[in-house]
Amino acid sequence: MASLRFLGFRATPSSFLHHPSLTAIRASPLLLFASSSDRILTVQSPPATPKEKPIHPSNKKVADPGLHGFEAIIGIETHVQLSTITKAFCSCPYSYGAQPNTTICPVCMGLPGTLPVLNSKVVEFAVRLGLALNCSISMSSKFDRKQYFYPDLPKGYQISQFDVPIASRGFVDVDLPVEFGGGHRRFGITRVHMEEDAGKLMHSDSGSCSQVDLNRAGVPLLEIVSEPDMRTGIEAAEYAAEIQRMVRYLSVSNGNMQEGSLRCDVNVSVRPVGQVEFGTKVEIKNMNSFSAMSRAIDFEISRQVLLHSQGQSDQIVQETRLWEEGAQKTVTMRKKEGLADYRYFPEPDLPEVVLSEEYIDQIRKSLPELPEAKRRRYENMGLSMQDVLFLANDNYVADFFDDTIKKGADAKLAANWIMGDVAAYLKNERLSINDIKLSPQELAELIASIKNGTISGKIGKEILVELITKGGTVKAVIEEKDLVQIVDPAAIEALIDKVIAANPKQLQQYRGGKTKLQGFFAGQVMKESKGKANPMLLNKILTEKLNAEN
Amino acid sequence: MDAENVDRAVERGEDLGPLMGVLIGVKDNICTVDMPSTGGSRILEGYRPAFDATAVKRLRENGAIIVGKTNMDEFGMGSSTEGSAFQVTTNPWDVSRVPGGSSGGSAAAVSARQCVVSLGSDTGGSVRQPAAFCGVVGMKPTYGRVSRYGLMAYASSLDVIGCFGSSVTDTAILLKTISGHDRFDSTSSKHDVPNYVADLASLDCLESKPLTGLRVGVIQETLGEGVDRGVISAVNAAASHLECLGSVVTEVSLPSFDLGLPAYYILASSEASSNLSRYDGVRYGSQVAADELGSLYGDSRAKGFGGEVKMRILMGTYALSAGYYDAYYKRAQQVRTLVQKSFKDALEKNDILISPAAPSVAYKIGEKTNDPLAMYAGDIMTVNVNLAGLPALVVPCGFVEGGSTSLPVGLQIIGPAFTEEKLLRVGHVFEQTLQNHTFVPPVLSEDAPLI
Repeated sequence: MASLRFLGFRATPSSFLHHPSLTAIRASPLLLFASSSDRILTVQSPPATPKEKPIHPSNKKVADPGLHGFEAIIGIETHVQLSTITKAFCSCPYSYGAQPNTTICPVCMGLPGTLPVLNSKVVEFAVRLGLALNCSISMSSKFDRKQYFYPDLPKGYQISQFDVPIASRGFVDVDLPVEFGGGHRRFGITRVHMEEDAGKLMHSDSGSCSQVDLNRAGVPLLEIVSEPDMRTGIEAAEYAAEIQRMVRYLSVSNGNMQEGSLRCDVNVSVRPVGQVEFGTKVEIKNMNSFSAMSRAIDFEISRQVLLHSQGQSDQIVQETRLWEEGAQKTVTMRKKEGLADYRYFPEPDLPEVVLSEEYIDQIRKSLPELPEAKRRRYENMGLSMQDVLFLANDNYVADFFDDTIKKGADAKLAANWIMGDVAAYLKNERLSINDIKLSPQELAELIASIKNGTISGKIGKEILVELITKGGTVKAVIEEKDLVQIVDPAAIEALIDKVIAANPKQLQQYRGGKTKLQGFFAGQVMKESKGKANPMLLNKILTEKLNAEN
Repeated sequence: MDAENVDRAVERGEDLGPLMGVLIGVKDNICTVDMPSTGGSRILEGYRPAFDATAVKRLRENGAIIVGKTNMDEFGMGSSTEGSAFQVTTNPWDVSRVPGGSSGGSAAAVSARQCVVSLGSDTGGSVRQPAAFCGVVGMKPTYGRVSRYGLMAYASSLDVIGCFGSSVTDTAILLKTISGHDRFDSTSSKHDVPNYVADLASLDCLESKPLTGLRVGVIQETLGEGVDRGVISAVNAAASHLECLGSVVTEVSLPSFDLGLPAYYILASSEASSNLSRYDGVRYGSQVAADELGSLYGDSRAKGFGGEVKMRILMGTYALSAGYYDAYYKRAQQVRTLVQKSFKDALEKNDILISPAAPSVAYKIGEKTNDPLAMYAGDIMTVNVNLAGLPALVVPCGFVEGGSTSLPVGLQIIGPAFTEEKLLRVGHVFEQTLQNHTFVPPVLSEDAPLI
């Protein structure tokens, strides 16, 4: 068996050493084992200090995970906290960061005698997301109780859905980032089900006591379970990012990972290529960004492959591991002692959730254009994949872009402005595109004004900042600041004459062969024109003038 | 509303309705905002709810006065009220005997006229059996007829709040007040609530055969082995009496009848094991000091729960466990479907079904405490009705001689869902026309001190 498993190593022993995670420690190869066929393999010792040498340094191409005969199988469970006004089964509001135990009532506290009443918005949001994920929707689904004891779980059970989820068997389409090699992928969605969140425990600094905050108890969640279709950290991160885009496009959640509105638990296993059975899977938790997810998964894959290659595959056990951002590695959180028995049974306090075709159709009709459709549309406009991914990433940015081209702007130019100066401003000021005063109408106007020569591109950039911070119209700013481009050749000529006359020394040098000085003159003229001179005309006339008496 | 406010309203000439100033006892598993509500359990000793149960709220709105909380078997698990963590309640007819259970306190309080009417809860017979034992009227409404909001859950799919009264009319007034949809209970029904009282004709208005045409089925399986002779003859006499009133009485068989008891105990225990998880000592109720979480839970529950409750939690946990679920919980649900079907068939051929409310009259305190199976067997007459979710009324129908005193026997009248009106009408006619029986405990008619 062992010899079969490691065929891949023998086939490509040299490229094996090129795995980025292993190059750092190539200096000290370790003889690990001899296969049954007595062929000796040289394998590296485990990555020593991943902090110094991350598995996949960010922003580097990681198209080839370098698994050499192994493939990783990745499945993801995503919990999305719904942005309903009230909780799932009572009328309490929920707001992140509220004072502990201020948004609670007898129902979400689990007081004796209380009963859950389903918030219909939860069903609506579940159907919205289910449809967007191309799932089939159960016309009749039910709630079940998942039972376990924990102080943040007031009833001693969580109301969830077990064997009949509201949506199942869907898929999601993803475009991988260009810098990671790009490519289109389709990942299966096993199911989407509704459930309630638990409260939070707050541990005292001394560790002597813990307090329970039930604000979050009863907040509605959708759990999205993927098929084990992902193979790399990037694929997994991109899957999760697409789920985030989806819930934001659909306005069912803010998808904020830091606040815990979007939480991903990742299952990772590896197996030799060609093997049908899955390897032992390990669950990873505690990743609060997509890049952390990608790094955590790639670390875990390397860890498991290494154990296999060292003949220690029995050390891969079913367990939950935590991603430690500081150390850039996963560590054991708890080993699973057999399967937890949650003793699911149908929730007797809630009737079945029965939907009508009309209800589902109505929701289907109300769905916005989804990320995948948007990306394909942008692609068909002739935009580069990089532009497409940027614009479709945020539905507000996409809306802004769409509105700008609706006002007649050229798609590529509009994309450039939004991805360039606008995005840079937003990033600097930590703002969303909705927070600025620039309207799509005026961006289109700005682009047109540059195109028709009214203003130069350089002036355009200045006007943009003005529009973003103060609002107003392109026309008004141009007039107010007298920024209309000088396109009159005579006027430009006059400016040039003035500059040449003022710099006889430089003129002499130029005519002596130091033609690089044209840039100096151009700059002086532009300065004299307060940036308004048409650059092309300026350069044309300047060249003529400088060379005139030669 | 408290008594003083009612007095002032009376002085002002206000009419607060038929429950104005009426003293009502409330079973201790029904939440009352200003009173302890323990569910008969040590684990909730001293617990005072933050809200009134919907049924209690409706009573207060109608001028009733909650005079006290009544004793019960812990969380409704028991048939004699001996399972209370606090006190043993005795039967007003014979203080050496149990009042039945689990709503024994509510039944005894009405029987001893300590309150006019009372609320109980019925999961497997907990209103009907004590009504029979104490010689009072007991109504178990259709599942969903009365809101469960504020009723401490024992088995959510079976639980229903029920009514006790010393007459059918009193019981009907109480039921009318607490019935109807409640937005805080998704399982409460939107079915119309008729005026249960309006159709109750007084004796002098009745024709000689007021029940003419009523088809009455006597459930065969309830009058056989294991049922006291005295009970059988009292129920047979009641059947003859119904016949005299014009109804057509035939025997009817419910083939799944005997399967009901084991199915009930599996389902009720399963749901209970889940419903009682919230009593963990973390947020309310008694908490045992502990060094780590496991013993906080373990010790609080070990100390807080009584033996019967622990036994049922264990049984229910077992029945829901992986590998056993199909053999127990799922199979019991299948039996439940069978039971529902057999009732449906029987009630297509009959308007109502009758049976004893219990296989025996009130037994001695301590007689069955060491024999849980014998205790469980006493629920055979009532659990099927809960599995089917049907309404059933118990009216006193006769006596069995029990040594120093005679003990009341209860007749159970079962109807299709939401036919409480019909059951009350039949019960009322029956009660009005029953000769030679008054169901007042001897202590009240003699010079004996009250209990």
